[in-house]
Amino acid sequence: MHPAISVIFFTVTSGAGFGLIFLLGLGVPMPEGPTAAFLASALAIGLSVAGLVSSTFHLGHAERAWRAFSQWQSSWLSREGVLSVITLSLFGLYALIWLMTGERNGLLGFVSAAFAALTIYATAMIYAQLKTVPAWHTWLTPLCYLGFGVSSGFLLALSFGEMDRNFAVMALLINAGFWFVKDRWWRRLDSVGFSETGSDVGTATGLGKIGKVKLLEKPHSGENYLTKEMVHQIGRKHAEKLRLIAKFAGGLVPALVLIAIILFGAPGYIAVVGFFSIMVGLFAERWLFFAEAKHAVSLYY
Amino acid sequence: MTTLPETTGKKLGLVIDLDICVGCHACVVNCKEWNTGGYGAPLSDTDPYGSEPVGAWLNRIHTFEITPEDAPASIVHFPKSCLHCEDAPCVTVCPTGASYKRGEDGIVLVEEDKCIGCGLCAWACPYGAREMDPVEQVMKKFTLCVDRIYNDNIPEEDRVPACVRTCPANARHFGDFADPDSDVSVMTRERGGIDLMPEMETKPVNKYLPPRPKARPDVQPIKATSAPKAEGGLLGWIDRALEAL
Repeated sequence: MHPAISVIFFTVTSGAGFGLIFLLGLGVPMPEGPTAAFLASALAIGLSVAGLVSSTFHLGHAERAWRAFSQWQSSWLSREGVLSVITLSLFGLYALIWLMTGERNGLLGFVSAAFAALTIYATAMIYAQLKTVPAWHTWLTPLCYLGFGVSSGFLLALSFGEMDRNFAVMALLINAGFWFVKDRWWRRLDSVGFSETGSDVGTATGLGKIGKVKLLEKPHSGENYLTKEMVHQIGRKHAEKLRLIAKFAGGLVPALVLIAIILFGAPGYIAVVGFFSIMVGLFAERWLFFAEAKHAVSLYY
Repeated sequence: MTTLPETTGKKLGLVIDLDICVGCHACVVNCKEWNTGGYGAPLSDTDPYGSEPVGAWLNRIHTFEITPEDAPASIVHFPKSCLHCEDAPCVTVCPTGASYKRGEDGIVLVEEDKCIGCGLCAWACPYGAREMDPVEQVMKKFTLCVDRIYNDNIPEEDRVPACVRTCPANARHFGDFADPDSDVSVMTRERGGIDLMPEMETKPVNKYLPPRPKARPDVQPIKATSAPKAEGGLLGWIDRALEAL
């Protein structure tokens, strides 16, 4: 699949934003006072909104994007839109109360956290629902999206320097755990092909019963929308190196930062180094998420 | 609404006879010609006369080579367009309601004024039936020539999809699959019409008729064991004379 920068930025950034909303809503410790309340809320909302705005750059007609709120009964993309607005409204209210009174409303926070998790889940399901892309069509996909959203949000929350070592241990376990899940996802991708549906050029053309089927001539001499969008191959060229970069920047560097906090009592705000590193790692991971995925239509080309 | 209708009154679609298609691309050209001036925005091309022409087409013909285990290879021309699936995944993924399947006849269409050009429906389709228009930035798809088949302003024989009307080999047939006695239903039954990628569980309406089995002589061709010899007559004399040289 073609890795569109706007969509990569959307899933990574809004993942971190909703991950932070999830944690703030659950009531992770933050410094006293309106400055921290404002900064934390603004970061969470800002990242989520930046991601959502970026996703509209992928559209041919962004001016009609409001229509995407209408089909939540059937469409995961529509649900993602609706859920993100609900989450941002609930959390916006939570942040306003926090800012004005200094109190963090537990119930409102918990509901915001639940909706933030649902929003990340819906984002992942836009891809995981597609039977045509077997690499994505697994429960491991939403698991990775949720895990990485919370991991990146956690590093950002730790950067405020208010959480104790136990939280750093938790962040370390979550991040390491989900990179193992991602590794599982990658190993599945390497072997799955179209084996789950048994599709090949023989079933695609229905001619497989007669003999071995091979494309002799494409319908056209040049490229087309389908080959550019779904039979994209250039991005796979450096897959091995990019996987290493993803694991190093997304997994190892944040782990080292967290270990420094846990074992050597380094100040919490150095977690921000881990946050920037995990964002780099997740950009590489998300690039590959698209570039390495094969679409059923490639069987015709 | 992008939820699918429970059932459709008619099930309009195409039968494509792979035994007959000669791969002339006339259906492709006539499809583009009709649909660039008919339903919805024109079907645009970028750089049409340059070195890298790219454009939106609703119907494309691939050519495949089939090699049976015990016979020589043969060629099959393979026209591919929207199959108007009963469980169309392109419809349910649409966030705006632009993509829909009609309850009365099962035709899958895009309401272009509502399309945001996100491309998710094209990702959901296993057959590559949808293409984004490079200029208009809305999703284009085969409409089964919905602006011809019900059109009282054109002669009755033209009220079929443009590709069906133009096919010089009669490899494409249009009809109602809900009616068991329609031509398309009978043809599908008699010739063992097939679904493309049934494992994707899209329940395509369009059917493909596989190529008829090729005749296979029982006897292997006799291999010449010695050089042929002309007997008698002028040829015989020339043969003998040249051999004697």
